[in-house]
Amino acid sequence: MGDEHRNWPERLHVVTGKGGTGKSTVAAALALGLAAGGRRTLLVEVEGRQGIAQLFGLEPLPYAERRVATTTGGGEVRALAVDPEEALLEYLDMFYKLGAAGRALRKVGAIDFATTIAPGLRDVLLTGKVKESTTRTQDGRRVYDAVVLDAPPTGRVGRFLNVTEETARLVKVGPIKTQSEGVASLLRSPMTAVHVVTLLEEMPVQETLDAITELSALHIPVGRIVVNGARPPLLAGGRVTKAEIKRGLVAAGLSSASATVNQLATEAQAHLTRRELEESLRLELTELGRPIVELPLLPDGVSRDSLTELAGLLMRA
Amino acid sequence: MVAELTAPRLDVDGLLADPAIRIVVCCGAGGVGKTTTAAALGLRAAEVHGRRTVVLTIDPARRLAQSMGLTELDNTPRQVKGIAEAGGGELHAMMLDMKRTFDEVVEQHTNPKRAAEIFANPFYQAMSSTFAGTQEYMAMEKLGQLRAADEWDLIVVDTPPSRSALDFLDAPARLSRFLDGRMLRLLLAPARTGGRSVFSLVTASFGLFSKTVQKVLGAQLLTDLSGFVAALDSMFGGFRQRADQTYRILQDPQTAFLLVAAPERDAIREAAYFAERLVAERMPLAGLVLNRMHHTELAGLGAAESEAAADRLDEAGDQQTAADVLRIHAALLRKVEREAAVAAGFTEAFPAVPSARITAQPADVHDVDGLRTIGALLA
Repeated sequence: MGDEHRNWPERLHVVTGKGGTGKSTVAAALALGLAAGGRRTLLVEVEGRQGIAQLFGLEPLPYAERRVATTTGGGEVRALAVDPEEALLEYLDMFYKLGAAGRALRKVGAIDFATTIAPGLRDVLLTGKVKESTTRTQDGRRVYDAVVLDAPPTGRVGRFLNVTEETARLVKVGPIKTQSEGVASLLRSPMTAVHVVTLLEEMPVQETLDAITELSALHIPVGRIVVNGARPPLLAGGRVTKAEIKRGLVAAGLSSASATVNQLATEAQAHLTRRELEESLRLELTELGRPIVELPLLPDGVSRDSLTELAGLLMRA
Repeated sequence: MVAELTAPRLDVDGLLADPAIRIVVCCGAGGVGKTTTAAALGLRAAEVHGRRTVVLTIDPARRLAQSMGLTELDNTPRQVKGIAEAGGGELHAMMLDMKRTFDEVVEQHTNPKRAAEIFANPFYQAMSSTFAGTQEYMAMEKLGQLRAADEWDLIVVDTPPSRSALDFLDAPARLSRFLDGRMLRLLLAPARTGGRSVFSLVTASFGLFSKTVQKVLGAQLLTDLSGFVAALDSMFGGFRQRADQTYRILQDPQTAFLLVAAPERDAIREAAYFAERLVAERMPLAGLVLNRMHHTELAGLGAAESEAAADRLDEAGDQQTAADVLRIHAALLRKVEREAAVAAGFTEAFPAVPSARITAQPADVHDVDGLRTIGALLA
């Protein structure tokens, strides 16, 4: 095993971010990167969106750990779409050997009922499954070198990860309580890092700041801030004149009609306005004093190749 | 040339001016600019069309909320200042307080003693603040109340930032099914169905369920749950009835649904799912608003051509600025093409649904002027 993963020492990587920031893409790239060099990682999703299947161009995933990609040195990424109902049945089966009775429960809607009445219970089951796969061993060896959780978005992630509070309000005793305490201690240990994905746009940055404040207050370790979709720093000088544009157009042998010059100047100005805003947002993030990773905008959308490229960038960061 | 949408143009002004239209619902995936669009539509209805308008927002960005004078979640429509009221229009805005709305519904449907019991129950507390779907249900409830008050010419609703746009339609039904569902009735009075053969499996399984729940969660939880259910029992009918009423208003031609989408694959896919559902539920889909569309007046200078020219300038040296300007133009053109292709996917699936587009603004909107600009771009 090389030391290419030394920058990401944790075993459970929780990836959150505002909707639309590309958190699922970052989670997938992270799982790929951490699997390089003959390692095995598990990529988990919990929101029933089948985002992993879409990213890897696969049919919807069942509730089972499936290989979705292979990496260098015989490494592999497995994926799991956790379904709360299935997780509850599995859980009941593990502790109470329900068998056919479990299926009957589902038939009358009891499972739906149980996972709906107490949203905390649902999250205990989901995070419980994540904990189980993170700590699972076989022949004295961990089954997964790392687990990457594509977590709920920033607005819900604190509540999702802070399962104990909600559960403790409803459940005073029993295995659910024990389990949620186990999850809580894993999430607050150095084995875990929550990474927040953002774009250099106002709302995602605001939500990133809010989420980090919330997670810190809950004593859940925050890892990296991942700035996704970063654009190359064109016009670094910060200003542009029509004369310069005109001179360039002439030098490049293009039409330097004033309509062309004016339109290009307008577009350049819009770019500068945008960049100024991005700079001030980047500054706000920097002031948090946490490590920041920037990933480039993927102009042609996400493909297996671009995921590998992002994985490499993440591992080097 | 960039491929143009062949979809019919959505007549936003026609819609906002039509006195028969009383409700505009903005829906779509999270992060596409629903709230901004709803606020801009409300402002335009008030300023340009002289309508007494209220905008119901669910979870607005702080600065956008402030721009409309909203500083707290208090369920009270407040008049937005600094708008042109020459045409006799008014703009009011409010933020939904989910918990308070739920409390009000409970208070209306039961006596004070029962209400106090319900409020104290830990299940009610969990459910009224975190139940998946409560926000959607309460948004509909609030919409129903605003409509019933009949104080407004036009109500513009922003829908909750759900995982899926469909939740707005599905969650209330799920919640009301849950609230008067058989699980609750069984839990409340298992004896009611006992002895009848049809229910024997259900009853047997339920006994097992309740035993299992006791074992896993503890007896206190079941006691709390039964208490909750008993207290809510008197309100079941009320909940269902109100949800049904609001659903019927949504199907009525006085309502116009606007799908809001950003030109991204996921957002457009979401909009298409929603459009299918609206059609299936016979709900009036007025059109698609494509938000944050990029645009260039200089389509004649192609992307490849611009990039090649920028490379030539790099080689020649001393033309960094002009080369960058050309690369910015090339990137913009590619973005315009990509967005048009994504948007065309929707139009192919729903050729009859009219659409309007909002050109992307270099900076985010957080004042009334910005909303006015968006409104003008839409119309």
